[in-house]
Amino acid sequence: MKFNKFTTVSVVATLSLALSIPMMTSASAAINYAEITSASKGGGMGRLIAACKAEGQLNVIALPHYWADYGSMIAGFKATYGVKIDEANPEGSSQEEIDAAITNKGTKRSPDVFDLGVAIAAKYKGTGTFAPYKTKFWQYIDNAESGDGEYTPNYTGILTIGYAGKFGTVTKLDDFFDPKFKGAVSLNGDPLGSSAAMNGLFMINKALGGTFDDVSKGVAWFKKLKDLGNFVNVNPTEATIASGQTPVVIDNGYVQAGVQKKFAAAGVSWKLFTPASVGSTYNSAVSAWAPNPACARLWMEYTLGETGANIWAIGGASPTIFQWLLKTGRASAAAKAQIGKSRIKADRATAAQVAAARVYLKTAWPAAVGA
Amino acid sequence: MTQAQYSRTGSANRRTGSRYWRSKSAYLGVIPFFLFASVFLFYPTLNVVTGAFRDQNSQFSTKVLFGLLESNTARHAFFNSLEISAITASVGAILGALFAWALVTGKPGTDFYRISIALSSVLAQFGGVMLTFAFLATFGFNGVVSSLALKVLPNSFLANSSWLYEMSGMIVVYTFFQIPLMVLVFLPTLENLRPQWREASDSLGGKPLEYWLRIGIPILTPSFVGAALLLFVNSFSAYATAATLINLSDFLTPLQIASALTSEVGGANPTEAKSLALYMVIVVIIVMTLYALLRRRVSKWEQIR
Repeated sequence: MKFNKFTTVSVVATLSLALSIPMMTSASAAINYAEITSASKGGGMGRLIAACKAEGQLNVIALPHYWADYGSMIAGFKATYGVKIDEANPEGSSQEEIDAAITNKGTKRSPDVFDLGVAIAAKYKGTGTFAPYKTKFWQYIDNAESGDGEYTPNYTGILTIGYAGKFGTVTKLDDFFDPKFKGAVSLNGDPLGSSAAMNGLFMINKALGGTFDDVSKGVAWFKKLKDLGNFVNVNPTEATIASGQTPVVIDNGYVQAGVQKKFAAAGVSWKLFTPASVGSTYNSAVSAWAPNPACARLWMEYTLGETGANIWAIGGASPTIFQWLLKTGRASAAAKAQIGKSRIKADRATAAQVAAARVYLKTAWPAAVGA
Repeated sequence: MTQAQYSRTGSANRRTGSRYWRSKSAYLGVIPFFLFASVFLFYPTLNVVTGAFRDQNSQFSTKVLFGLLESNTARHAFFNSLEISAITASVGAILGALFAWALVTGKPGTDFYRISIALSSVLAQFGGVMLTFAFLATFGFNGVVSSLALKVLPNSFLANSSWLYEMSGMIVVYTFFQIPLMVLVFLPTLENLRPQWREASDSLGGKPLEYWLRIGIPILTPSFVGAALLLFVNSFSAYATAATLINLSDFLTPLQIASALTSEVGGANPTEAKSLALYMVIVVIIVMTLYALLRRRVSKWEQIR
């Protein structure tokens, strides 16, 4: 199918408007969960669970199943609480999540919860988009205070380089200059648009001694790789990876973990090389216009609790609550094995550093790797 | 039916006569279409146009719209878009017309003819992720053809796939859906070329070259150019194929629009997206106006039976 992105977006927006049904104000009991900022204020977990079961549904958006094993997360929530989960636009971006909530405001289709990159979470903080909510373990979550409960850091994606086992073992970045990697290396997205690609560049840059304030070393590495013909500007997808068209992919660990699992099942080796520990933390937030406010809050408790953290960890992400789980001996063995020692914590760029890098890359990136 | 018969069978009052209502009720049939077009075409277009004249606080402003004219990246992407559309429309139109010509001069109704038409209908709609993947798996590094060429013809362009990941590759991929579309839109015109005209020319002593210069080409030109314009718009608005093949958000205008709508690193700017879209709409309006004018000429020829 050939279509314009803007047409699609407009069409979806229009369709949603056309289909909008005024939200039914449920004859709620004494508790209005839309205003509850913690489970205890709503009378405890038991009542929250009961209220969610009464709602019967949770709307999530932009959660691909292969991403940090959201597939198991969604299945687990459904099985535990017996509610339906409506999954909208799995491949959507953080901005599209907010746009969908605003467009569908007041309808049953509006998303209940968000999973947001830090730039978008910070951008919408204090605008009335998020309903503040603090989970049971809020105080044990790394950097939770930065969001004041409007949003909660949930897991960190640590960048890594995944490569097909046939190349042998890579031990340093310069190994990728070898002619055997001709046309093999790809980055998941354009750093100007994709946070995974931006962090991929930050990772390479840091491994080469660069800083978050100056990414020129990373850009130079990509330029050399491109000039050698080893870097290709193609967007790696599940299909290109599975068929071997993109045998080296720079992407988030929680996507690579899924690839590794699939390859292992097929008896093929997919290795990971993490030259520097760089990542970005995603954030969970409850929509101020959540049509299922109790389920939205229960989802926060589930994902940011023990069960959720273990699912994320096994899915290749580093949950923000993991250090506390380790300390209190609650991390599962499988989660510990997947995360290892190196991927508990990562360096993160600030929103200002990302913005500055973007301005620099606007001209430097096409100049280095442009078609 | 004469007027006398009509007044006898029809209602005395012309305004409630069945014939009056039949002529009006014909419009009822197009209501679903207009509803559909309003929801999926007119409203979004209006949204784009009005959105282009807004600033961040939803106030009227032309800052973003005119600012884009000064932006080198926006201009570069726009010219890339125009260039790729012009090249693939020309190449697609010429190759597609030749293929359609071959089909018409061959025996219609043969299996080859039927298969070609069926294939064209399918391939004209083949695009996006699947098309990109097909090309990567065939001509990309590690692709089937490239791997073979590496052994058989190591010095040919087939063995070095770097061309696929650039403008040249995008042109080849786009042309792949342009040619079958050209076959589909141009074939009816060729089939309308009456054999009698050729016979008339021959019997008056015209040589084949004269027939083509004076009759064939003048008749076919409006239709050919019209079809080429259609291909131009088809390629100009293509998004998914480009997005999967080339990972650069400032390479083509549709990619730039997507990036302005979805950037995760702080580049999101809906007004910029709508302004870029407005410029695209303007180009499409110009091209489609030309197309409509040409169709008028074409229709004249198609009425000759």
